[in-house]
Amino acid sequence: MAKLTLPAIELVRSGHAACPGCAPALAMRLMLKGLGPRTIVSVPASCWTVIATSYPTTALGVAMLDTPIESTGASISGLRAAFDAMGIQDVNVLGFAGDGGTADIGLQALSGMLERRTNAIFAMYDNEAYMNTGVQRSGATPFGAWTTTTPVTQRAHGKLEPKKDIMGIVLAHRPVYAATVNPSFPEDFVRKVEKSRRLEGPRFFHIFTPCPPGWRYPSDQSIEIGKRATECGIFPLYEVEEGKYRLTRKGGTLRPVTEYFGAQGRFVHLGPEDVARIQAQVNADWDRLLRLENGF
Amino acid sequence: MTLQVMSGNFAQSHAARLARVQVIAAYPITPQTTIMEKLADFVASGELPAQYVKVESEHSALQVCVSASAVGARTYTATSSQGLLLMHELLHWASSMRAPIVMGVVNRAVAPPWNLGADHTDTMSQRDTGWIQFYAESNQEVLDTVLQAHRLAEDPSIRLPVMVTEDAFYLSHTAEPVEVPDAPLVDRFLPARDARATLVAGVPTRLGSFTGPDHYVRFRREVAYAMARVPEALREIEKDYTSLTGRSHGGPVPFHRVEGADAVLVTMGTMSTTARTVVDEMRAEGKRVGLAKLRLFRPFPIAELRALAHLVDRIGVVDRSYTFGGTGPAATEVASALYAGPPHPSLSSFLVGIGGREVTRAHVRAMFDRLIAGEGAETHWMDLPQPAAEVVHG
Repeated sequence: MAKLTLPAIELVRSGHAACPGCAPALAMRLMLKGLGPRTIVSVPASCWTVIATSYPTTALGVAMLDTPIESTGASISGLRAAFDAMGIQDVNVLGFAGDGGTADIGLQALSGMLERRTNAIFAMYDNEAYMNTGVQRSGATPFGAWTTTTPVTQRAHGKLEPKKDIMGIVLAHRPVYAATVNPSFPEDFVRKVEKSRRLEGPRFFHIFTPCPPGWRYPSDQSIEIGKRATECGIFPLYEVEEGKYRLTRKGGTLRPVTEYFGAQGRFVHLGPEDVARIQAQVNADWDRLLRLENGF
Repeated sequence: MTLQVMSGNFAQSHAARLARVQVIAAYPITPQTTIMEKLADFVASGELPAQYVKVESEHSALQVCVSASAVGARTYTATSSQGLLLMHELLHWASSMRAPIVMGVVNRAVAPPWNLGADHTDTMSQRDTGWIQFYAESNQEVLDTVLQAHRLAEDPSIRLPVMVTEDAFYLSHTAEPVEVPDAPLVDRFLPARDARATLVAGVPTRLGSFTGPDHYVRFRREVAYAMARVPEALREIEKDYTSLTGRSHGGPVPFHRVEGADAVLVTMGTMSTTARTVVDEMRAEGKRVGLAKLRLFRPFPIAELRALAHLVDRIGVVDRSYTFGGTGPAATEVASALYAGPPHPSLSSFLVGIGGREVTRAHVRAMFDRLIAGEGAETHWMDLPQPAAEVVHG
């Protein structure tokens, strides 16, 4: 029998309420494999509010606290303060927020938590729009993507502005650890979570989580799209520990971004000029990341 | 028991220290600041072994308290005016999540225009958020009520958050002698929080959650039951407190000389002291007047107001805030409480002290005079100053 490359423990149970092919569901599963059962998770209004099912049931094998959408940073500061005050030292405190609840409306509380040096993990599961409310654009929606509030017409090609650089914002606060992870690369994902678990202080994860209904692709393609995102350099995998960058997957030259766009309905309208613009940005970002890894 | 001269704000801080709160979160706003500064001293010196989370907004201050309370910690925060308004969404979370948080609120006017004076608009506009609300008259009452508030909030049959308010500057920055109970005595009155029914790490439970209408309406009804328990629980808790300290603030609605009165004013906060003085003066002149102080505003003490209606024919309700397009919020509540009568006393609404204007004995006399003269049930804007010069807009 082949050796398992991931912890066997399952803390996301079958019967959850996610859509078929939901990468945020996988993201929570992998996160909790890395953190284990002594974890409490704070979830703001987001897809996971619904995925965890409704009262009186829960799909999680750990304790979960609901909060309003903008609160996650403050909530995990409060949880950690309470455990410290009560002398409970062995609990992992996890905030698990969507891209809107992190990079838009949740940004102030996130910044506060990082600045206070809260000993907790803040994870942003990034499906690149307000998916739970029906695919409205967020600050994390990429340039060119169709959403219900960035329609495609003769005059407009989806979202006109680039994606917000949440890792840059977080790293400006100098967290002890920050990493990008992708459920299509589960060993890398869990290894980073296990590593972060052993550190003390504010830690951040940017999780790439494709969304079949929001990105307009068949629900059996999530893993493939996630793979292409990293292989094309749309979503590079790296970690930053005490300011030191390390790419955790290099894999030679980048594939062209068209391989990533191909399967997704939200990008079908992009013309050659749009693609060229995006490719140039991806190349520049990749070069910048290589330079950061080499320390210049 | 030691007698110390202190401001209402320091009375808040000392009460939080004596309550052995475990998590404090606060964001500065005038005139609340000295509460959080004093607490910072207590924590830094080791007198109060609490976790003190200095947050980046009032919104986060209350979220820190809600989350810390959710896993069993005793929590305290304090704010004022705009800060309380920013907390609005979290106020609902705290009460419906049944988080027994205690919050000091310094009643300050709401902008615009900016005004730091005493005014109840801030807490009145939050009266429907499910929090128990007390309005304090003196610094002693602030300290005693904060201690009682923790007991009330954590009572297993209640489990609701409590605001203890004090008028800006009249209490927050005015020092007067306060009896500070000794710690062992407070420990007997207020044991450590019973943290059952909270989230426990390692146990698959969920707090907050998501429900359809069938469960939702039942959760709402549970809060209503808890609210209904408050006046009686307060009387029991205050009885305990009196047996330990010898002090009582008279339950939800302390009466003063209402027996045989022709007219009674219903007041809140610091104006009650002035009004009580005037009642005694007028009684000495042979005028039959009395006072009822709304110490508890939420839940609204309906039974106590009905008892008052059995004693007097004319009730004037004095508000330090105004509901735009309505009248004084306390006046509305009293009218609502007494509508079902009989009896049906005549009611008048008086607005005074708005934006920090002083409430003087002359104002109180004028209100009693209008009540006794039987002047109509319209809203009386008392003491509107004349403008020094005509202001020309445009």
